[in-house]
Formats: sequence, structure tokens, C-alpha cells
Amino acid sequence: MQTGLPIAFGYLPIAITFGLLAKANGLSSMESILMSALVFAGASQFVAVNLLAVGAGLGQILITTLLVNIRHFLMSAALAHPLGKQPKRIKTLIAFGITDETFSVVAMDPEKNSDPGFVAGVNTTAYLGWVLGTTVGTMLVRGLPAMLQASMGIALYAMFIGLLVPSLKRSKVNFCVALIAAGLSSFTTWGPRFLTTLDKGWKLIITTVIACTLGALFFPEEVTKDAR
Amino acid sequence: MQDNQGILLIMGMAVVTYLPRLIPMLLFNPEKLPPFVKRFFGFIPYAVLSALIFPEILASTSSPASALVGGVVALVLAVYEKNLFLVVVGGIVGVFLCELML
Repeated sequence: MQTGLPIAFGYLPIAITFGLLAKANGLSSMESILMSALVFAGASQFVAVNLLAVGAGLGQILITTLLVNIRHFLMSAALAHPLGKQPKRIKTLIAFGITDETFSVVAMDPEKNSDPGFVAGVNTTAYLGWVLGTTVGTMLVRGLPAMLQASMGIALYAMFIGLLVPSLKRSKVNFCVALIAAGLSSFTTWGPRFLTTLDKGWKLIITTVIACTLGALFFPEEVTKDAR
Repeated sequence: MQDNQGILLIMGMAVVTYLPRLIPMLLFNPEKLPPFVKRFFGFIPYAVLSALIFPEILASTSSPASALVGGVVALVLAVYEKNLFLVVVGGIVGVFLCELML
């Protein structure tokens, strides 16, 4: 549970923002909180609220949500590896808690990620942070001061940096793969138009698949033994 | 939006977000995966995190400059392997101070 605290902390400002936005775009408090409680997928929820605001239909929103979340397929597959021997009902529960952030924390801890209690604890803490934050957001009539809100936008990215950088220090190969991914991700943001107009979720999927394929092709075995 | 449509949307989203998380967890027998695929999966966290961070971090605050400052503060703290909380708080403080000065 403790390991999940930084995630819950990182989620709070975003969840509060979600609660505020969802209400501002016509969802009731109940619907906003229910969405966080049942969907538990930040990016998709923001996208859905945005689409609702521009009058998109139900089917359109669902397809977009699926696209944005297909990346979890890869993450779940990666976690299925250490959790392979656990009973299905436990894996069914753990699967619900997989997000970019819980996955990152869990995947970066190879000594503990075969322990279902550890994984479920991280997921639960993050989940509570997400639902609690959403609830607070729907209750806030006036938002936080605009400037503090803007500064909080960095919170989740700072957390990603804090997770990624120490593990990159220990493995040149992982560092190379991360560098390739950042390069590709920049290319999909600033490169040719057919890429930049792609959905955010697709960009991430394409970037990840290419970077990991290159990594597996060029570094079939770990060069340095010190990698975790 | 109408009451039942809101619930329908939420239920639908719950299903389409849960399935991609559930299916690999239940169906994969990781021991049978070829080494290339295992290697591929092993790289996923680094690639995903890196791609999530850059360049989107630059749009996470009201100006790319303050985001850059916050990001660099977080990066320095992370290189010295400071506590995750400290990295996050350092990033926020960096952005806040930078925005004060802008």
C-alpha cells in the first residue's frame, strides 16, 4: 500500500481536475465519481468528457476510449509474467488496477512484483487516491488558484521521471530504448502530419512497439550484468 | 446528458477499459513466450514511461519554459535517487517559482 502513496498523491490534483471538468461539462457529481470508480483510466476519462462536450455520440466515445486504453494490453501482458502462477480470481482483480502509473511502479520492482499482495496494495492506494480526488473535485465550487493548478500539472510527469531515471542509470540498454522512445514520441508530436494528427493513444502504442522491437532486435541479451 | 445515457456511457467505458487489462492477464502463459517476446515485454515500461514524459511534459503547465524548469528539477533529484515524493514536490515547486518570475 505504501508504495502506491506517491501515485495517489500524484493522482489527487489530476483527479480533482477531472471532477471539476466533468461537472463543468454536464456530468452530475454522481456520474463523475461513478466514472472514476468504474473506469479508473485517467486519460480515457478526460477524453470522454471532452468528447461529450463537443457532442460526440456514445459509440464514438467508446471506440476512442478503447483505442486510448489498448496500451494497457501490453502492460497487462508484462505483469502476467511475474504473476503467472497466481489464481485467476486474483489476477482478475489485479487487472482492474493496472494504469500507466501503477504498472510503472510495479514493473520497476522486479523483486516484489510477483507478490499479488504488493501489486494489489499499490493498485488499491492509487485507486483510492483517484476516486477521492474526483470526489473532492466535484465538491469544489471554485477551483484552486489558477497558478497553483498550473504548477500541479507537472506532478505526474515528475513522478514518471522519478520512476524512470534511477532504473536507466543501471542499464545502458534500457537507457537506449528509453531514448529511442522519446525520439519517436517527439517525431509523432512534431513530425509529419499523418503522425501528429493521430490519436494520443495510438502514438503511444506505435512508439512503444517500435522502440521495444528495436530494443529486442539490437539487444537480444543484456550487455551489462548490473541491470535489474 | 440524459440520466440513462450517462450510466450507459460509464458502463460501456468500464467494459472497454477493463478488457485490455484483463485478457492478457488471464490468457498468457508467459513461460511459453519466445525470448524475443519476453525481451520485448521487458522493455515496455522504459519505452512507455519515456514516451509518456517527452515531449508531453512541455504542455503540462501554462508555459513550456516553466515545464522545462520543473522537469529539470525533477530530473536532477531523480538522478540522485531522491524519494519519489521529493521528486514530485521539487517539480511542482520548480514550476511554481518559474511561473512567479515569468
